[in-house]
Amino acid sequence: MPPEDFVSITGLSFAYPGGRQILDRLEMRIAPGQVVAIMGGSGHGKTTILRLIGGQLRPQRGAVRVAGQVVHELNTRQLYLLRRKMGMLFQFGALFTDLSVFENVAFPMREHTALPEALIRDLVLMKLHAVGLRGAAQLMPNELSGGMARRVALARTIALDPQLIMYDEPFTGLDPISLSVIGQLIRRLNDALGASSIIVTHDVISSLKIVDYVYFVSEGKIAAQGTPKEILDSDIPFVRQFVKAEPDGPVPFHYPARDYREELLGPHAAR
Amino acid sequence: MPLADLFPAIGRRVNNGIWRLGYAARFFLTMLGRSGIAFSRFSLTVKEIYFTGVLSLIVIVVSGLFVGMVLALQGYNTLQRYGSSEALGVLVALSLVRELGPVVSGLLFASRAGSAVTAEIGLMKATEQLSAMEMMAVNPIARVVAPRFWGGVIAMPLLAALFSATGILGGYLIGVVLIGVDEGAFWSQMQSMVDFREDIVNGVIKSLVFGALVSLIAVFEGYDAVPTAEGVSNATTRTVVTSSLVILFADFILTALMFRGS
Repeated sequence: MPPEDFVSITGLSFAYPGGRQILDRLEMRIAPGQVVAIMGGSGHGKTTILRLIGGQLRPQRGAVRVAGQVVHELNTRQLYLLRRKMGMLFQFGALFTDLSVFENVAFPMREHTALPEALIRDLVLMKLHAVGLRGAAQLMPNELSGGMARRVALARTIALDPQLIMYDEPFTGLDPISLSVIGQLIRRLNDALGASSIIVTHDVISSLKIVDYVYFVSEGKIAAQGTPKEILDSDIPFVRQFVKAEPDGPVPFHYPARDYREELLGPHAAR
Repeated sequence: MPLADLFPAIGRRVNNGIWRLGYAARFFLTMLGRSGIAFSRFSLTVKEIYFTGVLSLIVIVVSGLFVGMVLALQGYNTLQRYGSSEALGVLVALSLVRELGPVVSGLLFASRAGSAVTAEIGLMKATEQLSAMEMMAVNPIARVVAPRFWGGVIAMPLLAALFSATGILGGYLIGVVLIGVDEGAFWSQMQSMVDFREDIVNGVIKSLVFGALVSLIAVFEGYDAVPTAEGVSNATTRTVVTSSLVILFADFILTALMFRGS
């Protein structure tokens, strides 16, 4: 029997109040030890999936199960206990700007444990060493480059050895070297911690190198899924457009609008 | 605007205002419920007292000094016409302790510290720091909002007291040192006429109330800010404008309750 999924999403639907449907009966499973990518264009609800897994949003229908618990049925205390098993890396790091690099990484430890200061120091330096930034411990966040900030945030994310690590667009705005550093770190840390990871991204090249499985999300549904090889070989038009980065195709270049001719020459046109 | 559009527009504004007030009240209660950390880890609150209080010292002290000096100049002008220029000390002290101390330092506090708190919390929201904290299983209302609120509540009466004290010093410099009002009369009349319970305690109560109101408005506007550059800038402006109006309004109510007929 295969091991139970660490995260399972069943029939998940979500819409912001008064807004359009973001997710529509979504199905997804993430097994322990897996690194999974969720891909899709901007505004197709990828980040929303992470927020639903983390319990920051409540679904209208369906459920997210993490470690066997239905996230939206937990009370605040239980949810906070569950979140201690999760780490989330935000798009731009979300480092606390009033704390040094060291204190940022120490933050979750200070909040959730009563470890002696000497031990916290060693742990923080080990986490920073893992992302190659032990030497930057005393810098402030505004002294870091984008790639460094992302790595510090990663060290903070894994501070309490989470079982599930979520990455929201970890590759955005990085130079090629930082890009591959972050990619390697995601894979290495996942394997070292024995965790599961979810990467929300639209960077096909960087993510296909490191993930075990890919979900393509479009219009709130899974448009395609498979291993990286299956995705590269796929002949589904949407996936082909995405992987080959073609400007027009199933994902249209134009935002929905009235007929072009009518708009320019119709009754309301400028004379 | 045609009349038919005017009424719904007014209705919407009133509706929004009431909805927001209710939301702020719920926010306030949630924050009170989560305030334990602000006292159990008092160093967090001390840090905020430093940011809102200590860093506001210069503006408070300098303004207090000048307000006291102006009071002495104006007061002497009027009092000497009635031959009672010795009462200058009383006039300066009462004006400051009862009214100008709490009100002016409250207004300065709102624009110096309140705006900074709103901008800080708003930017933390815009850069996802609050979200990140939630995902680390740390409640941002307990960890970020409550210490800032209580820091402001504690700092404000101290600032108002300092404002009044330096104001009286300014009054002394102008009245006694420069104009030459009798020093003994200046201080002794002040001592005998300023009542501890009636004047000083009431002034402290006022400054406490203003501190709580400004701090609440500041943390609420920051927490509720639209997480964009424009949203944070609007929230900061709203903090200063709302705080100022609320201080003046609350001052009228408190004065009416405290000093009726006395």
